[in-house]
Amino acid sequence: MAKLLPKRDAVIIGLGWTGSILAQQLTDAGLNVVAIERGPWRDTATDFNIAYMQDELRYAIRKELFLKPSVEAMTMRNTRSQTAMPMRDYGSFLPGDGVGGAGVHWNGHTWRFWSSDFSIHSHLAQRYGAAKMKGLMLQDWGVTWNEIEPSFDKFEYLCGISGKAGNLKGQIVPGGNPFESARSRDYPTPPMKMSYAPTLFAQKVREQGFHPFPTPSANLSTAYVNPLGVRMGQCTYCGFCERFACGNYSKASAQTTILPVLMKKPNFELRTECEVLKVNLSPDGRHAKSVTYIDAKGVEYEQPGDIVVICAYALMNVRMMLLSKIGTQYDPVTGQGTVGRNYCYQTGSGARMFFEGKHFNPFIGAGTLGQTMDDFNGDAFDHGPLDFVGGGGINCIVTNGRPISNRPTAPGSPRWGQGWKKATVEGYNSSMGFSAQGSSYPVRENYLDLDPTYTDRHGRPLLRVTFDFPDNDIRMSHFMSDQLEKIAKPFGAKITTVSRIKKGWDAVPYQSTHNTGGAVMGSDPRTSAVNKYLQSWDVPNVFVVGASAFAHNAGMNPTGTVGALAFWAAEAITTKYIKSPGALVPA
Amino acid sequence: MSEQRALSRRRLLASVAALPILAATADGRSISGHLPWSPFAGEPPKPVSPLGWYFFTPGEIAAVEAIVNRLIPADSLSPGGKDCGCAVYIDRQLAGDFGQAQRLYNKGPFMPGLATQGYQGDLTPAGRYRLGLRALNDYTMATYKRGFAQLAPAQQDAVLAGMDGGKIALKLKPGFSTKEFFEMMLQNTMEGFFADPLYGGNRNMASWKMIGFPGARYDYRDHIDKHNVPYPRPPVSIYSAEG
Repeated sequence: MAKLLPKRDAVIIGLGWTGSILAQQLTDAGLNVVAIERGPWRDTATDFNIAYMQDELRYAIRKELFLKPSVEAMTMRNTRSQTAMPMRDYGSFLPGDGVGGAGVHWNGHTWRFWSSDFSIHSHLAQRYGAAKMKGLMLQDWGVTWNEIEPSFDKFEYLCGISGKAGNLKGQIVPGGNPFESARSRDYPTPPMKMSYAPTLFAQKVREQGFHPFPTPSANLSTAYVNPLGVRMGQCTYCGFCERFACGNYSKASAQTTILPVLMKKPNFELRTECEVLKVNLSPDGRHAKSVTYIDAKGVEYEQPGDIVVICAYALMNVRMMLLSKIGTQYDPVTGQGTVGRNYCYQTGSGARMFFEGKHFNPFIGAGTLGQTMDDFNGDAFDHGPLDFVGGGGINCIVTNGRPISNRPTAPGSPRWGQGWKKATVEGYNSSMGFSAQGSSYPVRENYLDLDPTYTDRHGRPLLRVTFDFPDNDIRMSHFMSDQLEKIAKPFGAKITTVSRIKKGWDAVPYQSTHNTGGAVMGSDPRTSAVNKYLQSWDVPNVFVVGASAFAHNAGMNPTGTVGALAFWAAEAITTKYIKSPGALVPA
Repeated sequence: MSEQRALSRRRLLASVAALPILAATADGRSISGHLPWSPFAGEPPKPVSPLGWYFFTPGEIAAVEAIVNRLIPADSLSPGGKDCGCAVYIDRQLAGDFGQAQRLYNKGPFMPGLATQGYQGDLTPAGRYRLGLRALNDYTMATYKRGFAQLAPAQQDAVLAGMDGGKIALKLKPGFSTKEFFEMMLQNTMEGFFADPLYGGNRNMASWKMIGFPGARYDYRDHIDKHNVPYPRPPVSIYSAEG
């Protein structure tokens, strides 16, 4: 029998990016908040030591800061006709663990999805006719650009994002991204300094008539004090960013932007190494009473709360809903049910060029050190004559030259022995790459549910991921590969290679930790699990915050939009819900 | 490391107990009203001892040293895999958490999977090496009447190429192919060659000097603007400028 604890105004599951933002905003509004976090407490001074964070084996290869599959794994398959098997090690994507979540070891690319993403169905139907989206489950997100823009602004100023505006209140600004939706003000800090590869990239694509701009970065170009009074330091371009925590207070994370303020509040409590097993509903299933969690000693507790905010990783949010029977499981046969629906990923391809007489110093890097062009992203270009929708950002980012995993050799080189060594020495400093981060659009057969066979350490079913790259996205990605090839030509490299995606998503090699959907937001309870405020249609005192709410995934990294949605949901709770608890949108 | 962690937790608990906590809480890991901090909470890495062997048997040592020397042969660019400590590195990894698959999902049922689903066998990495090296020895004894270490370098290369290219099938077990065994050895050898020297390989930072990687440095602000100019400083490792 679980020990019953005193009731709180709000219970937050998970203290990563979204949990920290929700906790900060809800405690500011005077609520008494408890956050329950499965992983350990982590902080910069104690756990992200600058004297030994530069350890590729420990953090990037053995993945010390990531979620261990022994704690929670998932099963995967490409199609419904296959038997899903557990990912015994995470490979294709790497969920986070502990306080700060994946925000501890992200790269820091901080995008705003576009106005045409939030209203994607309306936009594409108007421009091309609805038939253009045949076979895709694209749908509007229920929130409009003008509603959500201030939340993007809040997240960027919380983080101190380094970038250059391209569209200030409708005015196109040279040097920024002309395809972004109108922003109310510029980024809080100027762009990072550029190393050789992105500088060359920007020059070469500008000569071809494209519009490169500095990738908006949560690795800060300069010292910054955020609106909460928390101070951050200038990035040193150390090249140990993604998969690592920043020891220099230069990468925005819950630790470097919120926790120094949040943790001191008397109306906030954090419980670490406590895993929420489920959300407990009232007998009619319409109200969340409490959450049950288990601590590190194996003791179970029941924590009642008036509001439950699920702020785990996107995939875990969906699993928590399914384990707690919040909403109805999506069924790919009938199309009924909403939880698990519209699961999307990312569709990537890349180019690498080997030069003679150039020296790139690839180890001088940062998670977001680079340049992007969005000329082929989203609907920035005319899809009229094309057989797909969607696109991708083309990014030249120098994140690292860490040699266990990043030592490119020219195609055809041996993988070991003397010939390998020679090719490695030649390729290491004289090659550069750029890549297309393609969109991922929902189809009926890509979805999430609970696995019928495999269970976690507490005996609960694992999440099952059924996913393959949809035909639309393969066509889109091949178009992107064609563009990469064309763009690379004028660089004059000795050898250029371009990758092309194929059917059969492989869970082993790393691709992207941009898993989205499964508990999507929208204006129709038949096709979305949460309303435009990220409030469950079925259990109105439950909010589900994260990339789980994305109705599709764009050709951009998700965290900027995740942060904006967190501020947006928090505002709905503090300004609307607590005044009048109940459904904020009539079902 | 775990001892140090436990110690820091006790210190943390003591510091929590000394501060006012708003509500009665159920468990000792509750944090409220302050930013927790305790001295010595970090976990610096522990350099491995270069002496002795923790996992491999004498026969396995000879084979693994020979293998890492063919994967990374000595030449004018660097010493060979053995002299760089790659065999010692793999030994220490297999004796530790990695070898025991500590962080992986190890629950059954174990069933054959698709290539896109990754390794589905029930053997830990340590178990895979033990089985794989025994099967490799059986193969070279049957084919050449010698252990792998006693073969001529050209014969060793031929065996490794056969494993890499799918032309040699060692007697392993379902769910663990010869190609997988080869890939695992290649990956671990490269880890040993390129990781920080504290893990037993990359002696004298030989691989970092070879490719021009400056190692555990963390501030390149003085060079970010110097385009197409080689970085002038030598590598440093976590514990030493000399590696």
